[in-house]
Amino acid sequence: MAQQTLLSVENLTVQFRGDAGWVNAVEGVDFAVRAGECLGIVGESGSGKSVSALSILKLHGRANTRYASGTIRYGGHDLLTVSQRRLRQVRGGEIAMIFQDPMSSLNPVLSIADQIMEPLRQHQGLSARAARRRAVELLEMVRISDASRRIDDYPHRLSGGMRQRVMIAIAVACRPKLLIADEPTTALDVTIQSQILELLRELQREIGMSVILITHDLGVVAEFAQRVVVMYAGRVVESAAVPALFERPVHPYTEGLIRAVPDPDADVSRLATIPGNIPDPSTPIAGCRFNPRCSEAVKSCRTEPPALADAGAGHFARCPPRIAAGRTA
Amino acid sequence: MREAPIVIVRDLVKTFAARGASLRAVDGVSFDVGQGETLGLVGESGSGKSTTGRILVGLEAATSGSIRLFDQEISPASGKAALRAVRRRLQFVFQDPQNSLNPRMRAQDAIAEPLDVAGGLSRAARNDRVRELLEMVGLPRSCGDRFPHEFSGGQRQRIGIARALALKPEFIVCDEPVSSLDVSMQAQIVNLLLDLQERLGLSYLFIAHDLAVVRSISARVAVMYAGSIVEIAPRHELYTSPRHPYTQALLAAIPRVKPNKARAAVVTGELPSQIDTVPGCTFHPRCPFAFERCRAEKPKLREIAPSHLAACHLHDVPA
Ligand SMILES: Nc1ncnc2c1ncn2[C@@H]1O[C@H](COP(=O)(O)OP(=O)(O)O)[C@@H](O)[C@H]1O
Ligand SMILES: Nc1ncnc2c1ncn2[C@@H]1O[C@H](COP(=O)(O)OP(=O)(O)O)[C@@H](O)[C@H]1O
Ligand code: SF4
Ligand code: SF4
Ligand SMILES: [Mg+2]
Ligand SMILES: [Mg+2]
Repeated sequence: MAQQTLLSVENLTVQFRGDAGWVNAVEGVDFAVRAGECLGIVGESGSGKSVSALSILKLHGRANTRYASGTIRYGGHDLLTVSQRRLRQVRGGEIAMIFQDPMSSLNPVLSIADQIMEPLRQHQGLSARAARRRAVELLEMVRISDASRRIDDYPHRLSGGMRQRVMIAIAVACRPKLLIADEPTTALDVTIQSQILELLRELQREIGMSVILITHDLGVVAEFAQRVVVMYAGRVVESAAVPALFERPVHPYTEGLIRAVPDPDADVSRLATIPGNIPDPSTPIAGCRFNPRCSEAVKSCRTEPPALADAGAGHFARCPPRIAAGRTA
Repeated sequence: MREAPIVIVRDLVKTFAARGASLRAVDGVSFDVGQGETLGLVGESGSGKSTTGRILVGLEAATSGSIRLFDQEISPASGKAALRAVRRRLQFVFQDPQNSLNPRMRAQDAIAEPLDVAGGLSRAARNDRVRELLEMVGLPRSCGDRFPHEFSGGQRQRIGIARALALKPEFIVCDEPVSSLDVSMQAQIVNLLLDLQERLGLSYLFIAHDLAVVRSISARVAVMYAGSIVEIAPRHELYTSPRHPYTQALLAAIPRVKPNKARAAVVTGELPSQIDTVPGCTFHPRCPFAFERCRAEKPKLREIAPSHLAACHLHDVPA
């Protein structure tokens, strides 16, 4: 059964103003999220995951950011060009977002109750009593025990895991169609991470929402996403269904990254590495952005910027030599 | 036969005053580290790993307990000179190379700082040593005059390691040295630490919260929970037959790139914030196997198989 596309990002280029003019932070980014699925976006730091995610809701500061190209197709419109009014409706209502550090989105001087009730009263026009009742329900929904008492706590009284639960409660309050979760468990311990990811999975099912799960952790993507987009140096280098990506990666970077992850189930000592360093987006690299670190680079890799090409069976990769060699599903 | 350990820690306790109450950050920790060996120390944040490491290298004073380093008892009674001599043989590598390096100090001066403090080297010998250290950690000999911000995160960690190596230590406490690095950089640093160990015969206490990284570098692994070691075993043993329910839970919770068939269930709840207020086994509020005795009596760390110790009433053998 082919799922419907809920939102698609097409040819997105975002620039920031730097010392030497405008710099592309992400360039020509394409991905789509289908109704009800979890799409993982994975890549190392600085690869453009957050910039892409924030662009969906146009959350970048206006003065120093330029959406140089692209369309964000959602509900028959382009979110990059819709009216401010429509955009506000979408934000926090139909598309919600949570971040790595819940403290940065929580107000330290307001109780949890105030912060959950505020959007309920604003967006849904609930009375104070109804909003409080709903807020307690939401805290219970994110499995916070003793919710009717905890709701009057202030954020600093909660652990990192509890704060993230509160952020999730606020995010799902209006039953969004899409939840964008940007490294939601990166700051948490591994047992708490698995609790939060499990919660997200359950809520996704209950609400029937789609999730874009952004992470640097390949294991998180492997276990929680259905499809995945791999980013490197501001570009999408590969996208595929999760099993295909992990079993048969096409792009040399994806393959290297998977191999570099230490295996908790084997006594391997020396780890596989990718040589060199992660490039800064302002560093000009001709041809394939990965070519200085790629052991398979051929002459054209140093001159021709490769396109994201179909490797068969819904698998796309930005590596012409590998695609030509038919290293695909 | 194994040689005598170079680090012997017994019943280490550290309490901090926290909002009127006392917090037992380290609550009776004992372990050994052998010559040329790596002991991994894992556990969730707040479990007392860093405090343990900081006490070992003298950055923090223990509340009680004994530490023997290189066959020498370290106590407040040890003379200053004796302490200094031992301390030189011990170094520390920090988690965040970003914050542990002075942003206004060139790489060469950061690396040479321990040499400068120790004194006794000519300018030329000092500079030669710096270039040698740069090369040892895989950085170009010529990059010494650059400032920290001109390096990547992985390169800054290499500088931190070079600095730790300056005084030719025998034992290094590495506190989350790869935790803030990306996967591809992390693998490079783990390999560097392994290479240096082989070349220089170093011993490490490798502290991390990532069990997979710890498996790749350690010979033995200790698991900490709420200030105590709850399990310690050779790595293969610990990862393939974990006996403490907390170790089992930690291993189960790692998201895997390659699916693992035999995984335990995920635990609920969180690390207690006030260790003192949890009676009995500190893990009992989260433990799926807790029984009456767990709520009353704290289990002791005891040998349950050769070289394999666990602190859990489930594994008590009647005396
Ligand atoms: N507000 C900003 N101003 C300038 N550069 C930015 C800004 N936000 C991000 N960048 C740059 O854009 C690139 C992509 O960043 P980001 O999307 O945050 O990466 P990540 O994949 O780690 O989320 C990085 O090089 C980053 O430094
Ligand atoms: N200087 C200090 N003062 C008060 N409490 C401290 C201090 N250092 C650490 N702690 C507390 O001790 C406990 C253990 O901390 P730490 O050793 O840093 O754990 P870990 O390294 O395992 O995350 C934590 O609860 C922490 O808040
Ligand atoms: S396009 Fe060339 S340089 Fe880039 S990943 Fe493929 S082979 Fe390597
Ligand atoms: S002693 Fe009891 S509560 Fe503690 S880990 Fe063992 S079974 Fe669980
Ligand atoms: Mg980010
Ligand atoms: Mg620590």
